[in-house]
Amino acid sequence: MKNIALGQYYPAKSPIHRLDPRIKVILAILYIVCATFLGKNMISFGLLLLSAFLLILLGRIPMKTVLRGIMPVLFVMAFAALFQIFGKSGEILLFEWKFIHIYLEGILAAVFMVVRIFALIVGTTIFLTYTTTPIELTDAIEDLLSPLKKLKVPVHDFAMMMTLALRFIPTLVEETDKIMTAQKARGADFTTGSIIERAKALIPVLIPLIVSAIRHAVELAVAMECRCYHGDGVRTRMTVRHLRVTDFVVLLLMIGFGASLVWFNILGIGFSL
Amino acid sequence: MDLPFIKVENISYSYRDEDGAAIPVIRDLSLEIEKGEFVAVLGHNGSGKSTFAKLLNMILTPKSGKIYIDGKDITDENMSEEEVFSLRRRVGMVFQNPDNQLVATVVEDDVAFGPENLGVPSAEIRKRVDDALATVGMSKYAKHEPHRLSGGQKQRVAIAGIIAMLPECIIFDESTAMLDPIGRKEVLATVKKLNSEMGITVIMITHYMDEAAMAKRVIVLNDGRIALDGAPAEVFEREEELRSYGLDVPQCTSLIHELRRCGVRLDGSCSTPEECASLIARALGKE
Repeated sequence: MKNIALGQYYPAKSPIHRLDPRIKVILAILYIVCATFLGKNMISFGLLLLSAFLLILLGRIPMKTVLRGIMPVLFVMAFAALFQIFGKSGEILLFEWKFIHIYLEGILAAVFMVVRIFALIVGTTIFLTYTTTPIELTDAIEDLLSPLKKLKVPVHDFAMMMTLALRFIPTLVEETDKIMTAQKARGADFTTGSIIERAKALIPVLIPLIVSAIRHAVELAVAMECRCYHGDGVRTRMTVRHLRVTDFVVLLLMIGFGASLVWFNILGIGFSL
Repeated sequence: MDLPFIKVENISYSYRDEDGAAIPVIRDLSLEIEKGEFVAVLGHNGSGKSTFAKLLNMILTPKSGKIYIDGKDITDENMSEEEVFSLRRRVGMVFQNPDNQLVATVVEDDVAFGPENLGVPSAEIRKRVDDALATVGMSKYAKHEPHRLSGGQKQRVAIAGIIAMLPECIIFDESTAMLDPIGRKEVLATVKKLNSEMGITVIMITHYMDEAAMAKRVIVLNDGRIALDGAPAEVFEREEELRSYGLDVPQCTSLIHELRRCGVRLDGSCSTPEECASLIARALGKE
């Protein structure tokens, strides 16, 4: 249990790892926009697919790891694809049997949908989880949202809460493990019975866990006070990040990528829907 | 005349139980601690030793009495926030459970937490973090995740986090109670080093006798009052009295007392196994 990983961070030295986390958050958002709204025809979807593979290569993330990340959404992908194949009508009928009509448009839409979901997952995970540590991510979000501080939005406090939540995941997992072992030693059964019975068996685990989480929180608050924590105020940071030229270049490239997708859509070459 | 670093004057503190009745924990306690001292505060459960620590660090405010740190009255309610933080910086505190003191997911970020809160410039924080980790012997682990470290290592990281704020005094509130013997040894060696090499005043709250024996001065608390105050050897001499406070004496001291009771002539007192050995050797006439 001690070896649980925080997030999915994949330690490597790749060009994407080196990018400023703030830029990576913006890149992820731009890429989501590209994948969701800017794919219209074969060329733009082809480019999306290509860009997803390019990102995996640039991030030096092994294909296996990426595929493992896609596994959980495979079902959603398959469902969406089937829905398109059987549900979409068009002009070119490929197959007909009783009430089932399959059109070329449906097949294409299914392929587009799979590419879209694949690109969405690859884009967000490569930029936000595989190449960025959770702490870098919370810091980046705090920085990006810092203009909201002027509107009295407690951005720093939310970021601190995120950081602490991440910090305490392993501690609480360890504790859950301990409590479950203790309950098992007293004859608790977590593995047999109906779902409802199993859920009920978890109550004696949850209650001590919540109590101990509150106790952790109280002690942590005192310890933080002893270390002079008093919110945002005069706080400085040990590592100050400076944007480099490459960060801006990459940002421009991403905008260029989006623009080229729009351009191909306007040109209307390739089979468009 | 030099003022003592910490001066406690007639402080009292009480908790309220469920019915609202006051339960006194500290009763009319006064003492002085000089800069650079190594003091152990002993007492059994409920003797008020942890409350005493929290009073010194301004987590709690005494119901009556005054506490001065370096001549500054810390019980003054009109103290500004900056003054409170500057005093908390000077008197650091290490707690019992290492897990509940670490805030970051990377060791060096955690050590940087204190100085960051104080608004220290970035380059200076970097230097302090490196120095603090070197002092506690954890430089190798700077980039590690705290939850993968052992208890003793975590506690040393917590100490580094305090050192990075450059305190003059550190209070250890039963900081070894949750550690295994190896972890305890690591932490105690670090504590000793802070006191002897860096001149940091150490107040160690503990119920382990052998830890108290490391100190230069032992204060025994019982029922919220100071029961005994003196050098470890002096305090451990009074075995009967200690037992009445629910405390034990170190095994070596106990052995000397036992030998005396059997009629062996032993002069002097002892608190560590080494002293004990030399006492017995002297008695046997082969100094």
